[in-house]
Amino acid sequence: MALVETRSLVKRFGDFTAVDNISFSVNRGEVVGFLGPNGAGKSTTMKIISGFLEPTSGQAFIAGHDSHKDAIAARRHLGYLPEGAPAYPDMSVAQFLNFIAAMRGLTRAQANDRLAELVERIELKEVWDRRIEALSKGFKRRVGIAQALVHDPDVLILDEPTDGLDPNQKYEMRELILALAPSKAIVVSTHILEEVEAICSRALIVARGRMLIDATPAELMAMSPEAEAHSAPKHETAHHSPLDAVFRHITRDHRDH
Amino acid sequence: MRMLSLIFRREWMACFATPLAAVFLLVFLILSSGMTFFLANFFERGQADLSGFFIWHPWLFLILMPAIAMRLWAEDRRTGVIELLLTLPVPTWQWVVGKWLAAWAFAGLALLLTTPLWVTVNWLGTPDNGVILASYLGSWLMAGAFLALASCMSALTKSQVLAFIGATAVGFIFVMAGFDLVLSAVRSWAPAVVTDAISSMSFIQHFQRITEGVFEVPALIFFFTLIGLSLWLNVLIVDLKKAD
Repeated sequence: MALVETRSLVKRFGDFTAVDNISFSVNRGEVVGFLGPNGAGKSTTMKIISGFLEPTSGQAFIAGHDSHKDAIAARRHLGYLPEGAPAYPDMSVAQFLNFIAAMRGLTRAQANDRLAELVERIELKEVWDRRIEALSKGFKRRVGIAQALVHDPDVLILDEPTDGLDPNQKYEMRELILALAPSKAIVVSTHILEEVEAICSRALIVARGRMLIDATPAELMAMSPEAEAHSAPKHETAHHSPLDAVFRHITRDHRDH
Repeated sequence: MRMLSLIFRREWMACFATPLAAVFLLVFLILSSGMTFFLANFFERGQADLSGFFIWHPWLFLILMPAIAMRLWAEDRRTGVIELLLTLPVPTWQWVVGKWLAAWAFAGLALLLTTPLWVTVNWLGTPDNGVILASYLGSWLMAGAFLALASCMSALTKSQVLAFIGATAVGFIFVMAGFDLVLSAVRSWAPAVVTDAISSMSFIQHFQRITEGVFEVPALIFFFTLIGLSLWLNVLIVDLKKAD
């Protein structure tokens, strides 16, 4: 059974169709990269899967539970990092994570053990007693990740987990996601293509609410216009990886829909 | 129940996260006692009771309750935390009730801090303490109704200022409903049923009956029903507006 599944998801806001018939599934051990330009419908799709938004039509499932009709059961299996990593600004990191742990049903002893582990792993020790509103963007993002991992969920949905992090932090975040991958089903949205190469076992490319491609990074590379021109991909230049070329190639055709 | 008490505690703490709580309590104490002594002429009346204190509560609450409740939902919507809350395995109604309960408890604290007035009248004379207790409970109940309405308005917007203005406007309608000024304007064109319906929505009339020492079951039913309906509406509004 797929841990995450969407069936023909459609979401309209008035006349605007933000998500247009998106279906995919994610199994345990997979890291699926959700790729697309800004406004492509990535966040909206993730909000529907998490149960925050209701789809206009179609269904989303987490661990077999409909994320609307059976929302509470579905949410128990979900760790979710919303866009922008929101958290209570007036709480300290310690208060906030303890609150989330308690809301997730952990006992005080369980929460202490789990949070001690997460603090090590996500390196939150130095900001543990600081108020969240006083944190840098990088630390805020890490608090958001910690919050999503508190109950060791089967499913992780992370909306731009590396946004606002410096290169070192990005690297660490990717290492963390890779380390978590074998035991979970993970969906990550990004608009950074190198991230897909680094961590994803599959990439879904969306533009204007439609899913254009569901392929492995290697298959994506093979679609590169450069790969068509030459037998082997060219060396990467500083700003244009082969995937960038694929991405532009694919989304360009869909700009005038 | 565990989740509800966690939400309550978190919101209760949030009340005191800024100096705003202290400022609020101070303003409430100054205004409520100031009105009692200067506007209601507490000493000149020569009666040992607190009616000159309670009579101002509908008007005080009209401004002060929206100030407590404006934060409840608007702030979570502005910071985006609402997306986190509503994807935790807790139904929406528990958030609505937990937040409202915390605000109501805070209003209760403000009322508790006025007990020196009650001590004073007992020192000056022999008031009917039963009436005073009933008045306190009635006042707290009315505060709860103001807060439930204000919480609804807070869920409608991301701006605390708009939430405050909206809540004051709605509260004003409920306060004014019992006045002849309003009723006579309606009476001239509407059937008696409508006029009666409007006057029966009046906060002041229901509250006054409680402070007169009549054990008023209809007044209690009125406030509890209004709180229940407002919180139910609050859940609907949250679900409808959360993503805007």
